[in-house]
Amino acid sequence: MAYLDHAATTPMLPEAVEAMTAQLTATGNASSLHAAGRRARRTVEEAREALAEALGARPSEVVLTSGGTEADNLAVKGLYWSRRDADPRRVRVLASPVEHHAVLDAVHWLGEHEGATVEYLPVDAYGRVHPDALCEAVARDPGSVALATVMWANNEIGTIMPIGELAAVAAEFDVPLHSDAVQAVGQVPVDFAASGLAAMTVSGHKIGGPYGIGALLLGRTHSPVPVLHGGGQERHVRSGTLDVPAVAAFATAARIATEHRERFAREVGALRDELVEAVRTAVPDAVLGGDPHDRLPANAHFSFPGCEGDSLLLLLDAQGIECSTGSACTAGVAQPSHVVLATGTDPDLARGTLRFTLGHTSTRADVEALAKAIGPAVERARTAGLS
Amino acid sequence: MTETSPRPLRVLAAMSGGVDSAVAAARAAEAGHDVTGVHLALSANPQSFRTGARGCCTIEDSRDARRAADVIGIPFYVWDLAERFREDVVEDFVAEYEAGRTPNPCLRCNEKIKFAALLDKALALGFDAVCTGHYAKVVTLADGTRELHRASDEAKDQSYVLGVLDERQLAHAMFPLGDTVTTKDEIRAEAERRGLAVAKKPDSHDICFIADGDTQGFLASRLGRAEGDIVDESGNRLGSHDGAYGFTIGQRKGLRIGHPAPDGKPRYVLDISPVNNTVTVGPAEALDVTALTAIRPRWCGRAPEGPGTYTAQLRAHGGETEVTAELVDGGLRVSFTEPVRGVAPGQAIVLYDGTRVVGSATIATTTRRTAAALS
Repeated sequence: MAYLDHAATTPMLPEAVEAMTAQLTATGNASSLHAAGRRARRTVEEAREALAEALGARPSEVVLTSGGTEADNLAVKGLYWSRRDADPRRVRVLASPVEHHAVLDAVHWLGEHEGATVEYLPVDAYGRVHPDALCEAVARDPGSVALATVMWANNEIGTIMPIGELAAVAAEFDVPLHSDAVQAVGQVPVDFAASGLAAMTVSGHKIGGPYGIGALLLGRTHSPVPVLHGGGQERHVRSGTLDVPAVAAFATAARIATEHRERFAREVGALRDELVEAVRTAVPDAVLGGDPHDRLPANAHFSFPGCEGDSLLLLLDAQGIECSTGSACTAGVAQPSHVVLATGTDPDLARGTLRFTLGHTSTRADVEALAKAIGPAVERARTAGLS
Repeated sequence: MTETSPRPLRVLAAMSGGVDSAVAAARAAEAGHDVTGVHLALSANPQSFRTGARGCCTIEDSRDARRAADVIGIPFYVWDLAERFREDVVEDFVAEYEAGRTPNPCLRCNEKIKFAALLDKALALGFDAVCTGHYAKVVTLADGTRELHRASDEAKDQSYVLGVLDERQLAHAMFPLGDTVTTKDEIRAEAERRGLAVAKKPDSHDICFIADGDTQGFLASRLGRAEGDIVDESGNRLGSHDGAYGFTIGQRKGLRIGHPAPDGKPRYVLDISPVNNTVTVGPAEALDVTALTAIRPRWCGRAPEGPGTYTAQLRAHGGETEVTAELVDGGLRVSFTEPVRGVAPGQAIVLYDGTRVVGSATIATTTRRTAAALS
């Protein structure tokens, strides 16, 4: 088996498994006042401090959620509602068109149901939002912007956004900028305080932590309207009993991922470069997606002319090579990726995409297996053509 | 002489999300073949994958198929053939009704989608065969020739809707349900035993792309309402209708003629004329057909030479009737030993030699026994 889909999810780090299992047998609701509750609370707060430390935030800025999707929804919807409540003119939502569906669909929903005017920011051929583009969009009418949202690094094509510069533009107009940094943590330097962002999404299972846990880092001046109402456990913006074992494991994974980030970027990046070279050698007309240099070190993305991505996936899967077309599935039906289309790629070419993503368990053997299989698979998929 | 091949094949199993195709895939895998499941997304409107409308290709069916594939332990994919399906099946269905004919979209789908678009892609990707949950039998002779036969359980037999397959398509077809005499209850029991959750799923009977089963409503939405006359055999106006396409030859109900026939006997649709938008009705005897011509013959093997005696089936669940058939100018001329009723242009006639499917053709014209009847 060659697992080349770490951006979908990556194996849990042994230390995170250990942290999690250690907590699974302990009883205690972190909101309870008795000893069991205090013990759980202490575990949660230590984890919160570790997360804050790893991500350049204050502990009070860490709002724990059930994962990246919930954090994105809380940021986008919650900030829209609170900003509009404070000033009803604020109905414009500025978003990059290459966002993950957790942001894109939330933004779209606001447009459909909450009177938002959604504006998609232009991107270049690498899928990057330029600070000038954000500036121009905001400056058209700064008083009507509820929020802007631009991901830190793209989950499909790996392009890294100039988040610091974008946040500076937003700050100039006093507009909150949210960023989905789910793919960035552990691969590029991510420092919430230094970034100037109002809110930032992170997730556990993409960095060697467990599924079902994530966080929204939220500047202290921002109070989004809750999406989940209830006990108000997390700063009164997020309710629900905290999953103590998952929180502990998430913090452990975040600490290790950021500690090892430089080495990861160097070693996995070198392996990724070998992968790109191998694919190009086997399939000379394969088109690398995203920025060739300023991209996530673990990401490689290709379009294969004349191929259906689905066909390639099937053929590689049959040989034990696991990757992704990178595009969103609807009941399993692959549509050309909105990200690839947003970069101006020809729609036919956009149907033949594959994303290979490496991680902490990747080896040279994984890359060699792909190098051997990709040429014949592309040849065969071309015979099947575009149905 | 059985379908089971000693050599493991790479098999693509079409999985609708129903119990039959799930058991078929499971049997193919159990027989040692290297099976991959595929669900065909055929909905003309991809939106229904999000809204979960009922039909053959809803998100629920796709998930049921995926769940079955997971239990069987085979890879599973969803292939989007919606565009091909729309062009080759749905539009053809509408056009045929518009022309006053009565098409069978299932035959069309087998010919153009499952054993064409799907099979071609499967072969290109290195598969050897396409497997479906149809009840029919493929028999391989000593010389390697393959024949299509009725299923062992004739009550379940679906060879009629496969009568459009030619030799090449048949060479790559696998029907694991056709070899055993199995009642539907037994198939459900087998699904249950195999741990397939679709064991209790209700059967689908309707035309898959008309989710609510309202064919008339579907046609009306596509073709619009066009009021016309209902007349008797002499051309006397008896009533009106909202569109000639809404009728099928042999239809008795829903004519909405206020007054009874002079002889008090029920009246049936005898003819549909799309050109002047007229529906002709008359007595049952006038439906008796003694001969027909059919176009687009397709043979499950070599085309027959000279006139021959066969049994014929004219509807998916119809009985058999004896005919003599002959190829004339590339079309088929058929005469019935005994007159038959309810034969409509557009339907498929499938010829059998015993249990063997000889071939099929699309009915173009019919000859009525009663001189007054139209054709």
